[in-house]
Amino acid sequence: MDKILRIDMGAEGGPKITASPVGAYAGLGGRSLTSSIVASEVDPMCHPLGAGNKLVIAPGLLSGSIAAMSGRISVGCKSPLTGGIKEANSGGQPSQMLARLGYAAIILEGKPKEDKLYKIFINKDGVKISEDKSLKMLSNYQVVEKMKGEFGDKIACISIGQAGEMRLPAASIAFTDMELRPSRHAGRGGVGAVMGSKGVKVIVIDDAGHTTRQPKDPEKFRAANMKFIEGLRTHPVTGQALPSYGTNVLTNIVNEAGGYPTYNFKQGRFQGAAKISGETYAELETKRGGLATHGCHSGCVIRCSGIYNDKDGHFVSKQPEYETVWAHGGNCGIDDPDKIAMLDFLDDDIGLDTIEMGVAIGVAMDGGLLQFGDADGAINLIKEVGKGTPLGRIIGSGAAVTGKVFGVEKVPVVKGQALPAYDPRAVQGIGVTYATSPMGADHTAGYAIATNILKVGGYVDPLKPEGQVELSRNLQIATAAVDSTGMCIFIAFAILDQPETFQALLDMLNAFYGLELTAEGVAELGKKVLTMERDFNARAGFSKIHDRLPAFFKTESLPPHNVTFQVKDEELDTVFNW
Amino acid sequence: MHIKVKLFATLREGRFTEGEREYPAGTTIGHIIQALEMDEKEAALIFVNGLHANTGDELHDGDTLAIFPPIGGG
Repeated sequence: MDKILRIDMGAEGGPKITASPVGAYAGLGGRSLTSSIVASEVDPMCHPLGAGNKLVIAPGLLSGSIAAMSGRISVGCKSPLTGGIKEANSGGQPSQMLARLGYAAIILEGKPKEDKLYKIFINKDGVKISEDKSLKMLSNYQVVEKMKGEFGDKIACISIGQAGEMRLPAASIAFTDMELRPSRHAGRGGVGAVMGSKGVKVIVIDDAGHTTRQPKDPEKFRAANMKFIEGLRTHPVTGQALPSYGTNVLTNIVNEAGGYPTYNFKQGRFQGAAKISGETYAELETKRGGLATHGCHSGCVIRCSGIYNDKDGHFVSKQPEYETVWAHGGNCGIDDPDKIAMLDFLDDDIGLDTIEMGVAIGVAMDGGLLQFGDADGAINLIKEVGKGTPLGRIIGSGAAVTGKVFGVEKVPVVKGQALPAYDPRAVQGIGVTYATSPMGADHTAGYAIATNILKVGGYVDPLKPEGQVELSRNLQIATAAVDSTGMCIFIAFAILDQPETFQALLDMLNAFYGLELTAEGVAELGKKVLTMERDFNARAGFSKIHDRLPAFFKTESLPPHNVTFQVKDEELDTVFNW
Repeated sequence: MHIKVKLFATLREGRFTEGEREYPAGTTIGHIIQALEMDEKEAALIFVNGLHANTGDELHDGDTLAIFPPIGGG
């Protein structure tokens, strides 16, 4: 990973490809690299869909090595949804393959002068870019099928569906999994719209001829990786619960804790939760010949995904994640697992953020466009997005726009981005993360559920404001660092509880790069990333008033615990005081 | 007293999903966990009426007890 691939999509005479040494960006990866490039090269006042924005795709520091769990990839840009800096993170195969080919990042910059659509092919011999009119308005599954026909099945793809081509603010970027399904997504913040604005439909990667990246100290690295894997296998969350039930194991516990946002954040419990829980999905998957356990990238040992089939045994979608099941399920009053899986597939195929779509539809339901519980109506709405009808484009613009169009007061967004699957009134720590993360409302940015609900990394009472700012601060710092390594964030369950597993991660980084990084050094990296991101946002016009939850979380109490969000504004303003 | 007991994820294996049972006054959560032949480590996350609770807590008539193994996601 010693070079950066830049493609100027707006160059005279057509796209211009340059590969250059990483230079000033040496030692960075994943989120620390995408955010550094965006913060230093993108004018914060540019239009997100204009020539001034850049789309940065970066594997993590350990991606492409034999390190377990190292296949995450970061996508950065100025977000068309929030107007601030964005890092959206995905699994899938491209991270390992790009890293093995030696690329620390791909940067798409400039903008084609004409309405052209390109495909990019990267292999050991270099990079080719060509116009391909036949890809126009294809869905993600269709475009990958076409690429398979053209380049064979040893490839990985990074693509956008119709939503990205239409430059909708909820458009995602798809990354293919081990079976070449475009089912893993950098979902949040409209990164797909930025790829669409650059005129790039798909990036095809073939890493044939390259093997894993070699560490500086292979012996030490191998030993640390073994210890790391052992830690993940023995921890009950990463070794048992996640492989058996996937992330959707959370439906029952978040519902039990009264923090499961239902009917567009009106109540904290959903009557139909059991019907769409991780336990139910795992049972259906096994019964119908799907898979209850499946990894999203090679090298994953947690394997929290799965394959969901219909009652006749045909593939519907990958196992929908907890946040997807919640967004399209309880949040919209829908309790049919088949319909939710169909919505998951449609989002993946059209290239949409499942959280943003579920919340936008919930808001539209609140606005009277359709009834809560209307699963077929929800499916039709997502199809309208794919077709690009005026109504579809409204929904595809996300919850904030949908709320305005339908005159809804209760619109759960921060910095224009929809709140995920945990009500901040019943889980106050996550409310601090939602309010203050430079990304907009994002549960992964500082996952306080771990400590508020799951008792991982200690315990802080979810219903009280005390201790939440410190909790969110520490988690946001740690997450910014983990997001830079290429590691899946779910390693956090093991490293928060088991010091020897955290040490194994440090040992891996040190053995790979010949460093002497300590826990403090990791925290420093996290703080550096957050500082850069907040500085970009400040220059884009954000101030402390943007670090707030919507007013109704303070004024309307949430049953069953009848709580409001209690963390004071002045306290929110101290989250980034290190 | 009448208690609703709910079990989740792996704790259901060989047991049940949900049941309403009679227990003598003074029964603690720990007593029920023991009666269900559950390791205390397995019964990692305990809620009574939606609030976090501990094994030593006494239950009251009409309570809903929910027990989860260690879980995570997100």
